[in-house]
Amino acid sequence: MEVAEAKSKKAGPRQCSTCNERRAALKRPKTLEQICRECFYAVFEEEIHQVIVENQLFKPGERIAIGASGGKDSTVLAYVLSELNRRHNYGLDLFLLSVDEGITGYRDDSLETVKRNEIQYGLPLKVVSYKDLYGWTMDEIVKMIGLKNNCTFCGVFRRQALDRGAAMLKVDKLATGHNADDIAETVLLNILRGDIARLSRCTSITTGEDGPIPRCKPFKYTYEKEIVMYAYFKRLDYFSTECIYSPNAYRGFAREFIKDLERIRPRAILDIIKSGENFRISTSAKMPEQGTCERCGYISSQKWCKACVLLDGLNRGLPKLGIGRARGLNNGLEKDSKQTNGTKNIQSKQCGTLDF
Amino acid sequence: MKICFLLRVALQFVHEMQHKAQKNFDASRDRSLPVFGVGVAFIDESAIFPVPSHEVDKAIQDMNLIVSNLAPPKKELHVVPIENIYSSDSSDGRSRLKELLDAVSDATGKEDLRLHLRMLCLQKIAFENGYNKLVLGSCTSRIACHVISATVKGQGYSLPADIQYVDSRWEIPVVLPLRDCLAQELNILCRIDSLKTVEVLNGSCSGINGLVSSFITLLQEENPSRECTIVRTAGKLTPFHFNKIPDSLDSDVHLASQRRHKKFNIKPNKSISPESFCPICNSPLNKSDMLSLSSLESCQMSADTFGASCCPSCQFQILPKDSSSMEHFCSILPQPLISRAKDGSCGNQSWLREQIQDCLLSDSGDET
Repeated sequence: MEVAEAKSKKAGPRQCSTCNERRAALKRPKTLEQICRECFYAVFEEEIHQVIVENQLFKPGERIAIGASGGKDSTVLAYVLSELNRRHNYGLDLFLLSVDEGITGYRDDSLETVKRNEIQYGLPLKVVSYKDLYGWTMDEIVKMIGLKNNCTFCGVFRRQALDRGAAMLKVDKLATGHNADDIAETVLLNILRGDIARLSRCTSITTGEDGPIPRCKPFKYTYEKEIVMYAYFKRLDYFSTECIYSPNAYRGFAREFIKDLERIRPRAILDIIKSGENFRISTSAKMPEQGTCERCGYISSQKWCKACVLLDGLNRGLPKLGIGRARGLNNGLEKDSKQTNGTKNIQSKQCGTLDF
Repeated sequence: MKICFLLRVALQFVHEMQHKAQKNFDASRDRSLPVFGVGVAFIDESAIFPVPSHEVDKAIQDMNLIVSNLAPPKKELHVVPIENIYSSDSSDGRSRLKELLDAVSDATGKEDLRLHLRMLCLQKIAFENGYNKLVLGSCTSRIACHVISATVKGQGYSLPADIQYVDSRWEIPVVLPLRDCLAQELNILCRIDSLKTVEVLNGSCSGINGLVSSFITLLQEENPSRECTIVRTAGKLTPFHFNKIPDSLDSDVHLASQRRHKKFNIKPNKSISPESFCPICNSPLNKSDMLSLSSLESCQMSADTFGASCCPSCQFQILPKDSSSMEHFCSILPQPLISRAKDGSCGNQSWLREQIQDCLLSDSGDET
């Protein structure tokens, strides 16, 4: 009798630990609390609101572009930001900004998702394409250079494309969907690579304030798992296929390590970010000084910006120019750009999502 | 000067230094190379890990053999059970230690507490036997693991304190001469020079530490310079003022014993700096984590104030969560930890007082 009772108690519906009224529907990944859907939505949105307020990410009257790929992070960001903007009267003009890399069977489909989001959330959408900006689609680039280093081209081009799109929209800021897992991963990668300069700024919630269009990360403390959970329960319309040119992009040592850590200690993700914020880095470890590209006027620490170097190589039929340690105009670029697809790497998002 | 330490290569290295200095001294009374004494310390942790006693005895025997086989000057081997951090006259040290570790529910926290206690024990040996420095055999591979695990535990601020060649925040300064040597290289050296080593059974890592160590092993296989890169990156973080040999220890060797006496009386570090340390892991505390500390006016240590004086990482992974277990936990802590907490809050308070001394009207200006 006692055993049966204990058993039924265990299996029976558990109350939400927050409201004590409704049935708990999920275990919150960040805290492992058992809560109901409604309380999950509330705490998820409230935490993001607090991050926005405490860090003064936006000012009333600002025009904000949301980098939208159609994936889960940016879709949830667009949804939550428009919701919070309404609820708390941020007074923001929100826009969706997408980059069309020209990848048939991948980006064309995900762009359809973003177009549906445009209608669902009532946010105007701007699409900038590689073809228009650079004269090349990724399909054409891959046809020329193969599946080696293609992610380098894509990452460099995307970064600039977003800035150019943001300028066309005349926005004050660009919000991206980087989540806590992404930032924790970047902290670790910068330690593993010895990049002290990037280590010192990779946990900043706002970057590029000295440049034309600052970028911010409202999801800095939001767990990837909670974003997926939110999208799942809210039945948000998002696109979840991997890029066809970068299969297995999510299988990196560092990413797996973070997932393992999260399993035994969920707060480890926040602890890594906290470490990143508190590292004692002297001001002498600075980033190279920023100038402008002599060719296109984009910010660059070299004579030509990286996109122009790569583009020049493509147009002259020398696509290896500017890749890895090959000698180019700027005498070689970062070591990290010389990676090959398919092989497992320490980094997970080779396709450049981290550069977004 | 005497030196106390751990790993085989470090032993050999220090032995050769000592031998050379001694020969030099004997031949010409030349003091260009300082002559110093060496001892070896081994902490017997069988109170924590049930290891068959004959295995411990065998290990100690082997160590004895290694140490005695080194050419003169003779080196003393100190084998000390870890429960000795409780004053040696209390016979229940072993059970209190067990109780203390059992009170820590987090596997990683338990492991880290064990390491902190081991350091405490080494400090005690060094102090009681009049050693001036503590040499540890921490190599690049080990430090790389520490860099990542400290990052993962949110200890980014205090991390640079732990990974320098010198760490004099302890009574007896700690030095890490093998910081730039890989574990693999040390193994090869032992094999080539037929240096006999002893396998110490201390139980394997679990939890966060175990995960980090397998992650680093994986990375090292993928790129043999990864461990070096990790340590070099962390080496670029700004160290603390105590990451250098205190001036009083640097100069003449002859007055070592005199100075030793003086040093322990004046506790120089505490008057120089406003730095506060976690009483459990002794890591320097970040100003932003110390907000709760400012209320610790009195030198009375209740369980609550003790908890508040610990770093966030120890608070999370070592301290019990509810207040009654917390009180019990504090009651079974070894004395050195408790006094560190008291020193910390009062030391800081007296430093603050020093700053405003000239403006205070009476000597008993504080109304605590």
